[in-house]
Amino acid sequence: MTVGIIMLVHNALDRAEQVIRHWVAGGCPVVVHVDAPVDRATYQRFRTALDDMPQVRFSARFRCEWGTWGIVAASQAAAETMLAAFPQVRHVYLASGSCMPLRPVKELICYLDARPQTDFIESATTADVPWTVGGLSGERFTLRFPFSWKRQRFLFDRSVEWQRRLGYRRPTPPGIVPHMGSQWWCLTRRTLSAILTDPRRAALDRYFRHVWIPDESYFQTLARLYAQTIESRSLTLSKFDFQGKPHIFYDDHLQLLRRSDCFVARKIWPRADRLYQTFLGDPAGAMKGAEPNPGKIDRLFAKAVERRTRGRPGLYMQSRFPNEGWENGVTSSPYSVFQGFAELFQDFESWLGRATGARVHGHLFAPTGAEFEGRQQTFSGALSSNPALRDYHAQMFLRNLIWNTRGEHQCFQFGPGDSQFISWDLAKDPNAQISVISGAWAIPLFQTNRNFADLRTEAARLQKIESEHLKALRSPYAKARVRIWTLADFIEVPMEALQTVVDEIGTKGLRRLAEAPRMVDLTGFGQFLQSLKNQGMHPYLMGDFPADPAPANAEPPKRKPYLVK
Amino acid sequence: MRWFLGFWRSYRLRLLRKRWRIRALRKSRELTVVQNRTAAIRKGDILVFSTFRNEDVRLPHFLKYYRDLGVNHFVMVDNASDDGGRDYLAAQPDVSLWTTPASYKRARFGVDWLNWLQRRHGDGHWCLVVDPDELLVYPFCDTRPLRALTDWLDASSIKSFGAMLLDMYPKGPLDQTPYTRADDPLSIACWFDAGNYAISRNHRFGNLWIQGGPRSRMFFADQPWRAPALNKIPLVKWDSSYTYVSSTHMLLPRGLNLVYDEWGGEKASGVLLHTKFLDTFTVKAAEELTRRQHYAASHEYRAYAARLRDNPDLWCKWSEKYINWRQLEILGLMSKGNWA
Repeated sequence: MTVGIIMLVHNALDRAEQVIRHWVAGGCPVVVHVDAPVDRATYQRFRTALDDMPQVRFSARFRCEWGTWGIVAASQAAAETMLAAFPQVRHVYLASGSCMPLRPVKELICYLDARPQTDFIESATTADVPWTVGGLSGERFTLRFPFSWKRQRFLFDRSVEWQRRLGYRRPTPPGIVPHMGSQWWCLTRRTLSAILTDPRRAALDRYFRHVWIPDESYFQTLARLYAQTIESRSLTLSKFDFQGKPHIFYDDHLQLLRRSDCFVARKIWPRADRLYQTFLGDPAGAMKGAEPNPGKIDRLFAKAVERRTRGRPGLYMQSRFPNEGWENGVTSSPYSVFQGFAELFQDFESWLGRATGARVHGHLFAPTGAEFEGRQQTFSGALSSNPALRDYHAQMFLRNLIWNTRGEHQCFQFGPGDSQFISWDLAKDPNAQISVISGAWAIPLFQTNRNFADLRTEAARLQKIESEHLKALRSPYAKARVRIWTLADFIEVPMEALQTVVDEIGTKGLRRLAEAPRMVDLTGFGQFLQSLKNQGMHPYLMGDFPADPAPANAEPPKRKPYLVK
Repeated sequence: MRWFLGFWRSYRLRLLRKRWRIRALRKSRELTVVQNRTAAIRKGDILVFSTFRNEDVRLPHFLKYYRDLGVNHFVMVDNASDDGGRDYLAAQPDVSLWTTPASYKRARFGVDWLNWLQRRHGDGHWCLVVDPDELLVYPFCDTRPLRALTDWLDASSIKSFGAMLLDMYPKGPLDQTPYTRADDPLSIACWFDAGNYAISRNHRFGNLWIQGGPRSRMFFADQPWRAPALNKIPLVKWDSSYTYVSSTHMLLPRGLNLVYDEWGGEKASGVLLHTKFLDTFTVKAAEELTRRQHYAASHEYRAYAARLRDNPDLWCKWSEKYINWRQLEILGLMSKGNWA
């Protein structure tokens, strides 16, 4: 007993010929269907080339447009020819011209001989399959499809839309439960002949003729009626991408295909010389035994589809530029923004670096230029510290920085003295961990020795900018992890607050902080604020700072830092 | 109303496209044929279109690089070269050559000439429009010929393929290592900027506008909006109704410019390695400055000349050394998309 191969061919006829010869040499008769659009001369040349092979037959030609009845009609005609002409055939294998046997034909025959009653056909009810091009699954069987999906997409879509709107449904023939699956099957003579000689065949054909993509459902549905044992999987390794078009194999997939242990693979690029040479050339080069195991290939292609549909989070590049809301992460990984800390603590940057092991920058958006770690002129990815370049596209500057340093945690300082283009982007980025000590910008003013009138103007300006920024952080659109303390609250319990912040960065494991950063001397700061008030300015962001230092042993009530999420 | 605006905009772009086509026809009169072998072009051949001026030293490597990728025919326009490059090309069996003494600038930086030649000879072919200092890198280019890519694009019903310009530069001053004819320029200029690109969308034509890299960093730091555009769409399944609008940065009809995904995914894309920064560049920059034949009042070349006097080093500590396409893919400069 042997396997008969039905081969549907539409281009790369030279490759098809090569594969046909390989099948025949292995002892399999082949029935070839050549797509009707192939011109007469080419077809004749192809036939004559195969004249020396009595085991090769040609069946009546149909037009096989994707998603239409033609492919089923072609398979039926070829199957009939096969069953009539080659009585020794027990299994019939449907393949295409771009399919290639990966294992010796003998092994396939042995494999099928050991399972004489088994039909290998992927067949699942419509409710259970995820592969639905154009969003149609059950409706494939209940609507009508007078227009071509490939050539008349607009009309196709409108016709579906209107049928849905009008509630049109075709009746399914009695006893039929629609199933779908890969179009590449291997059926036993018994099942196949039962399907082809069914007394109701004319009616069933009429029904399926108007089902969409009938080649994925005709045999899959009818096999369920007659088959004894169905193995619901295809012996052909064939992977489809998100548009329902098969992935193609190239020379560089050789090792992958070798290790797949599959019998037949599709689709092979016609110019993949090395693949054809290896798998059709010497039988020793092909692989041995074992059940098909396409797991590795599955993973490779699944990854490719994910790359195409989801992309890499936080990457903006020439072929990925997501609309707002579709970014799947505006930046690629979490980072921390500190506002007011560097003003309150003398050595905050170096302390934070030691405490967390993260990369700590200064004010990245400082008006004089980005203060990268160590005040370098350029940083990872050759980002320039030049303020004009940075502010030209502040969003991209931040996205680039975070993308370029994947695997590290970035921390940087921010404040009302910085350029504020990025303010809303920070607030809306779920990756941002923003800790703010509001009003801390007053400390450097307090420490300088400038003319008080200037200080007052500057304080008013900074306060206005910071309050705008806080508004963004507190808005309902904000997705960042935000913590805001007033300066007065913060200095009550600085260590507790710092611990929370450091734990969140979480690079060094959870440990209690051993070393505290040095806080600047705030003696007289209350008085400074009072002077601002006396000048008619109202500093409110720093909270309630008493003008006179509080009595040493009077403990004010503690407030928990609050978390805005 | 919105519907009408959309229609109106499409109509105006259509007029614009017609205008560029008529202009290409007019400018085609400036071209004189040197060697026309286009009769040898077969159905399905992949073609390269290129215009050049005094690039003789680069031409041998350029031809070899693209022949190795599987390009079948080169259609070249020589803009008044006087270094022998024209004769070299005319002797090549797979090159068709035109020449013109006319103004590069008035032919919209060569676009009109090539639009015309593409319309005549590119219809139905995959056409790659590159300068002699641009080397195309695409996913799997080390194991699969260009034809594998175009077949896959055909199968996926994709008509245009984006490849961003990536400026390559040597370590040290530009004139430190002289480039000799037929060498691989990447053996000298093998460094690049991995992640300092600014991208925004051009709503009129639907393309992305990318700026950045060493040119932006070194020559345009104070006026970044003037930095040259790096977005390119060099590989197109050409139809005689198409036209390039500005260099190969964008095309009409505008659907061809949509080489990026807007819903979070990544489309397949490549990179054009731009090997402009060799020792030949200093001479070229000075010459171009006097010819005044470049974009935006030759701002670019004025900026170069201003900096080149102190012989700058484009290299910095964070520069990345080029290895292969996989490296560029991992860095996020190009993508495999769903090609596996």
